[in-house]
Amino acid sequence: MPGYLASRLLSLILSLAVASLVIFAVIEVIPGDPAAFMLGLNARPDTVAALRAELGLEGTRPQRYLAWVGGMLTGDLGVSYTYRVPVAKLVADRLEVSLPLALMALALSTAIALPVGVFAAARRGRAADRLAMGLAQIGIALPNFWFAMLLALVFAVNLRWVSAGGFPGWEAGLLPALKALTLPAVALALPQAAILTRILRSSLIETLGQDYIRTARARGLSRGQALRRHALRNALIPVLTILGLQFAFLIAGAIVIERVFFLPGLGRLIFEGITQRDLIVVESVTMLLVATVIVVNFLVDLAYVWADPRLRRR
Amino acid sequence: MSGRRTLILGAGLAALFLVPALVSLVWTPHDVAAISVGDKFLPPSAAHPLGTDHLGRDLLSMLMAGGRTSLAVALVAVGIGVAAGVPLGLLAAAARGRLIDEIVMRGNDLVFAFPSLVIAILITAVWGPSAVNAILAIGIFNIPVFARMSRGAALSLWTLDFIRAAQVCGKGRARISAEHILPNILNLLIVQATIQFSLGILAEAALSYVGLGAQPPTPSWGRMLAEAQTLIYTQPMLAVLPGIAIVVTVLGLNLTGEGLRDLTDPRLRRVLP
Repeated sequence: MPGYLASRLLSLILSLAVASLVIFAVIEVIPGDPAAFMLGLNARPDTVAALRAELGLEGTRPQRYLAWVGGMLTGDLGVSYTYRVPVAKLVADRLEVSLPLALMALALSTAIALPVGVFAAARRGRAADRLAMGLAQIGIALPNFWFAMLLALVFAVNLRWVSAGGFPGWEAGLLPALKALTLPAVALALPQAAILTRILRSSLIETLGQDYIRTARARGLSRGQALRRHALRNALIPVLTILGLQFAFLIAGAIVIERVFFLPGLGRLIFEGITQRDLIVVESVTMLLVATVIVVNFLVDLAYVWADPRLRRR
Repeated sequence: MSGRRTLILGAGLAALFLVPALVSLVWTPHDVAAISVGDKFLPPSAAHPLGTDHLGRDLLSMLMAGGRTSLAVALVAVGIGVAAGVPLGLLAAAARGRLIDEIVMRGNDLVFAFPSLVIAILITAVWGPSAVNAILAIGIFNIPVFARMSRGAALSLWTLDFIRAAQVCGKGRARISAEHILPNILNLLIVQATIQFSLGILAEAALSYVGLGAQPPTPSWGRMLAEAQTLIYTQPMLAVLPGIAIVVTVLGLNLTGEGLRDLTDPRLRRVLP
């Protein structure tokens, strides 16, 4: 176990290092000097030089790379070229929207997929299973942003249950804020739930065919008892993999969904960064997203070992 | 459903919008770039079977040509994934357990950490938005998918007797990979390509929707949805039709992939939904 943990940790650090190098290199390719771009054509050379120093654009490439990575490690994501405020503060503000949204969607998709997947597996081949799997097929084919537009059309415009977009902020109270995030979370969660349901169902069906389930049944456990006590935990291993992978899709999906509902989340920050050539924002926020995906997959690897003690011996 | 029936249903659904997309290469009822504001929001008629959009463009022509963009982007992206991913996967499997295998697999994990949206954001930050960027972003995302799949499939083949026999005959690893492994994983490759093709259509739509993909005046289902969003309250059909095109095409391709898989490997039917 300690050996396994050490090797996973090493590969985690290596992945983060290479990912940061790739992102830094891509942003470095971009021609032009952000300081000169910001100050316009008529700027005096010494003003440009002063701004360059302020933005941390001085020094050789390795120096700048190390300064950027060192800053990231201590929570300093640089200073936004356009807003002139720390990127960390911008990110923190936007995370107040994006993080609850992603977590709500994750919880919702799991809450849907778990019972439906178990139900379908237990009734494999029957009408209920076929119906669930047919719906899952459609769910997988559904672009989440289009589904979001339809939800807004029905629930916000026609029924007027919730507002069609915007975010009142958490200061406005828990209920209005959660209400604003409900439709986006549902739109994000349903297509993901469809994928999760299918994986869980096939994984459960495979597990239910194993000898130890037959043994459990022979010992007098009912089908349901055998499923709950023995099959579910084993069937969860592939589900964990998908949950880890889904997290990356949830982050990407959240960025797209924010656009549908005009939410001031991380997605809007990135798109503003691109159009205003605020490259430090693009650089730091993409690194943050990629780092999140890498760390989540690392945690998923650890969760495997928890779910499947056989892996501990390796 | 039997594999054959799933395949036929899937292919039929996919053809519903992909065949018109192919036709649009040579003919559309109206010029998709022809803006005529006087004809905006026309209801369906003989001249415009699906009506017109906010710029007076023929909606049917836009849907046909929009599918062309999705088709081209997803197809080339699958090509990139296959061309780079399959050789990498075969190489890793041939060198299983050695350093080169480890390097390929770690590289895969690394690329996997970049969702195609993040790749598209980075590429767009450098070169600006275009359909080519969408192809690159989705194509790069496809590489580890095909590398993993072909490595996994090839690994199980390397333990079989007929590969041993080929080794005894003095054939090298590269030659065995090309002559014996590749033909035997072709079935799986085709299934995976179908799935990645459908995922590519979804991804292209999302990228174009957020403005990282096809740019005006290139029609694309994702861009049509972006333009329809502000009009959804008054002209819901403009937002509904491109979405239906995406859902039907992706559903059709997924069913095609599953039908193909069931036909080529009936053992999987028991387990996979």
